[in-house]
Amino acid sequence: MAAPTSDRLILPQYRRDPEGTHPPLDSPSYRSTTFRHPKQPLTLLPQMLTEVTGPLLGPGRLGEHDNDLTVQHDGEPIGQRIIVHGRLLDGDGRAIPDSLIEIWQANASGRYRHIGDNWPGPLDPNFTGLGRAVTDSEGRYEFTTIKPGAYPWKNHDNAWRPAHIHFSVFGMAFTQRLVTQMYFPGDPLFFQDPIFNSVPDEKARQRMISKFDMSRTVDHWALAFEFDIVVRGREASVFENEEDEDE
Amino acid sequence: MTIPSQTVGPFLSIGLPWEDGPTVVSEGTPGAVWIRGTVTDGARDTVPDALVETWQADPDGRFDHPDDPRGRVEGFRGFGRCPTEPDGTYAILTLLPGAVPGTDGRTQAPHIDVSVFARGMLNRVVTRIYFPDNAEANAADEVLSSVPEERRHTLIAEKTEDGYRFDVRLQGEGETVFFDV
Repeated sequence: MAAPTSDRLILPQYRRDPEGTHPPLDSPSYRSTTFRHPKQPLTLLPQMLTEVTGPLLGPGRLGEHDNDLTVQHDGEPIGQRIIVHGRLLDGDGRAIPDSLIEIWQANASGRYRHIGDNWPGPLDPNFTGLGRAVTDSEGRYEFTTIKPGAYPWKNHDNAWRPAHIHFSVFGMAFTQRLVTQMYFPGDPLFFQDPIFNSVPDEKARQRMISKFDMSRTVDHWALAFEFDIVVRGREASVFENEEDEDE
Repeated sequence: MTIPSQTVGPFLSIGLPWEDGPTVVSEGTPGAVWIRGTVTDGARDTVPDALVETWQADPDGRFDHPDDPRGRVEGFRGFGRCPTEPDGTYAILTLLPGAVPGTDGRTQAPHIDVSVFARGMLNRVVTRIYFPDNAEANAADEVLSSVPEERRHTLIAEKTEDGYRFDVRLQGEGETVFFDV
């Protein structure tokens, strides 16, 4: 097998996202950013082999009930049962198959099962709030869970986080790694939430809001929300045509 | 059309850590080294609610990935993940990466790509770990060379008894060099 030499190294490249897509690390209205954002400018890192590859974490990472957060305990959790589904795609609409998606969330009262969360929303012994799924060949994933509640926090006077589910995805490359939050349509708390509003571009912000999906509700059982997760796309590239020359 | 990044929040430990996350290779693997460090913020406080993720080539400088144009070599996960302890420390057990092809026929010094997530960070920050044993290769490395000399040391781990120490300073004096990828 003739491996191409390093001077023939032709790699896919991932488009940088347009200005305003991601929140600035320094976002003073979200107070915790004050001491946690770099003050020096970022150094431009050309995308090389380490950056265009990335961990491919698939089915080996799944337990039996990982994508159904309502059956992980002896009893059923309290709250509104929901199905959250969608596709993992790159910016050109290509599905990303066999890829790990991780979620975590508060329970119906807005409380996390975490030693550090001590606001007086009740804990639910039947809800941990941890889920994992692997996308299928078309990039689809699905979770059954409980709609999380809003909760207060100390960021500003009478501050409440809109209901949200944390999502973690890897994509195919180190450049595509993304952690985000999925919100629910029509939440009345968006206007006062500095984390949601840290995203400068209005259209990008709206992409974090799932869509109510009547077609996937289950009668007498669960509401449904659709949330497609889009990570960075690849630059159009000639590298695929040149592969043959390496033979 | 990318979905924006959001913070992992303070309770990331519900969803992200794995039992074997910190051990890229299992304990007892010949040649394995611990990379240990502390994440600190601009107030010089340690960060107890961060997550450190690492991605690297195997000891031959190859990746278990279809986009490695030299052909995929299966078997080395290359990925580590460790939440910080209450005292802000993390630890990853791994094998040292080999040199990796760079651009224009050059070779990159052995390095590990790092992501750091935490409450108070709306997006991850990205940095690289280089190793002090490779002084010559480090001096020729195109990424390391692009960093102002007085800050380069923040990317080079220190040798310790059982491996290396790599501290991450998010802000302020000795701030780690972070990259825009």
